[in-house]
Amino acid sequence: MNSHATVMNGQQTPAVGQPYTRNEAACHDLSFRVRDLNLWYGKNQALKNLNIDLFQKNVTALIGPSGCGKSTFLRCLNRMNDLIPSVRTEGLVEMDGLDVNAPKMDEVALRRRVGMVFQKPNPFPKSIFENIAYAPRMHDLVSRKAEQEELVEKALRDAGLWNEVKDKLHEPGTSLSGGQQQRLCIARAIAVQPDVILMDEPTSALDPISTATIEDLMDKLKEKFTIITVTHNMQQAARVADYTAFFHLGEIIEYNDTKVMFSTPAQKKTEDYISGRYG
Amino acid sequence: MSHSFDEISQQLKRRHRKSTRLKWITMGSLGLAGLFLVLFFADMLSKGLPAFQQAYIQTEISYTQEAETDGRRAFDEELLPLISRTAVRTIPLELRNNPDMIGTSKAEWVLANSDVDQYLKGHRHRLSDEEQEALDARVESGQVDLRFNTTFFGSGDSKIAENAGILSAVVGTIMTMIVTLAISFPIGVMTAIYLEEFAPDNRLTQIIEININNLAAIPSILFGLLGLAIFINFFGVPRSSPLVGGMTLALMTLPVIIISTRTALRSVPESIRHAGFGVGCSRWQVVRDHVLPLAMPGIMTGSIIGLAQAMGETAPLIIVGMVAFIPDVGVSFTNAATVMPAQIFTWAGEPEQAFVEKTAGGILVLLTILISLNAFAVVMRKKFERRW
Repeated sequence: MNSHATVMNGQQTPAVGQPYTRNEAACHDLSFRVRDLNLWYGKNQALKNLNIDLFQKNVTALIGPSGCGKSTFLRCLNRMNDLIPSVRTEGLVEMDGLDVNAPKMDEVALRRRVGMVFQKPNPFPKSIFENIAYAPRMHDLVSRKAEQEELVEKALRDAGLWNEVKDKLHEPGTSLSGGQQQRLCIARAIAVQPDVILMDEPTSALDPISTATIEDLMDKLKEKFTIITVTHNMQQAARVADYTAFFHLGEIIEYNDTKVMFSTPAQKKTEDYISGRYG
Repeated sequence: MSHSFDEISQQLKRRHRKSTRLKWITMGSLGLAGLFLVLFFADMLSKGLPAFQQAYIQTEISYTQEAETDGRRAFDEELLPLISRTAVRTIPLELRNNPDMIGTSKAEWVLANSDVDQYLKGHRHRLSDEEQEALDARVESGQVDLRFNTTFFGSGDSKIAENAGILSAVVGTIMTMIVTLAISFPIGVMTAIYLEEFAPDNRLTQIIEININNLAAIPSILFGLLGLAIFINFFGVPRSSPLVGGMTLALMTLPVIIISTRTALRSVPESIRHAGFGVGCSRWQVVRDHVLPLAMPGIMTGSIIGLAQAMGETAPLIIVGMVAFIPDVGVSFTNAATVMPAQIFTWAGEPEQAFVEKTAGGILVLLTILISLNAFAVVMRKKFERRW
């Protein structure tokens, strides 16, 4: 495919009308390399021939109308689609040069390095402390009580939640407000020290103020983590993302630097979507 | 086209009438069900409560030399037709154990026989006119009294009505239920976890699922036949024992526990599982740490209700021989035992009037235990229910 060639040759300009992959390896290390990814729900093809490179320590936003496959694609990155029996995937998803779908790749190990934050805040029905300490303890990152406390505090500070909850660490996580719960879920994800955090419409169930808090947080977190977020909200993509990929009917129509994409989209479809003509 | 309020309300009147009528019909059926329940309880209580009291006679027991061989010699001749054979029977043994007592005498309340008991309670009896007169005289002087029936709660079955108690059946039921729970709870919960959380959704698991659902509706006597054929005849488990009864009832309880556990697991929101997988839990860790704690109240409730159902079951136990006559209270898994419903069934077949109230009394004990178990299940559910 043409887009392949451009990547291989290290050229920057893709053929118009082709879904393409950017190659900025010079300035950013690669997090995920995706080649010819196809996915079916039963007989229904949801992802068609995706090729994309995702970069480390950046925020990448996946945008597009409902049912375009952006969430499905996100779940390919930590193999959450494995949980759906009817799903079949083909193609290559590579992290650190390893095929994440390879038989010897353990999905538990993968998810340890690729954390996830979901659309609806879903804290465990346990205390705030337990919500965060549970996974690191499970992965043997910490064992002693003091270590756990230190880690919980660090994760909560990183998620900007520490000051709000430090006096009630042993109250249930579900007692927090929606926005706080979502930040708790982010703290839970970063507590296992992953490389990548996937966010599946993390603010769609939140009010504007909580949304702004989370957006600020994403901006801060990208210093340490690679963030890949799905959003319905184009303003959000424009605000937080360094790179944006536009999905439509299971294909990547355009993938570019966010500023470039929102000012001078290369594709007519992208322009129509960004300007709110459909979606 | 618009309608005036008049036109609309004309039509509405008919609809309102219909719904009022339906409301009355539904209330009527509820009332009828309630009435039957009240009748049932009233009948049980009026028949059963007297069983918790028993007639005793105060008399002088003279421990003479002759009484050591013939207990009747210890009592006033006139009283003998009124006193329970049990009381008479124990005198020689008592004397043999304590030879010092020979020659002494003491006033004591002794168990009256069932005819005296029934006469005092106003039921059918077999006392002659003279005996009635003698009894009336003693009632006047306060030497005959109805007292709390310790025998009923403290001893096993007996062919002598006033000596028959429910304790051996209660103990048998407890032993049987321990076996039932020990087998059906772990197997049932594990099966449900496999089917709900691990099994692929294919033709085979669907067939298993349908069969488990059907199993819950199978007449319980068939489980008894299965128990007889497999546990007793093939594996040689001792018949009439709490072990074989418990195993048979476990077969019956399994589908109930599996189905309720699956329902409880299914009611745990998928988002909790995703949260677990998202932080890198293995499937088993998700189940053990996140799904099971949330499903536990539902699992417990289902299991307790399944157990209560098993506790009231008689038919399969008759087949495996648990309608035995058990006079001694024995705490053993392998010796012959009886259970409460079987004991009630046995008593219901006795011709003596005194056993009628034993039957009703036994039903009251069984009902009390069942209702407390169900109440316990409700309390557990309320207490451990977690919101998210």
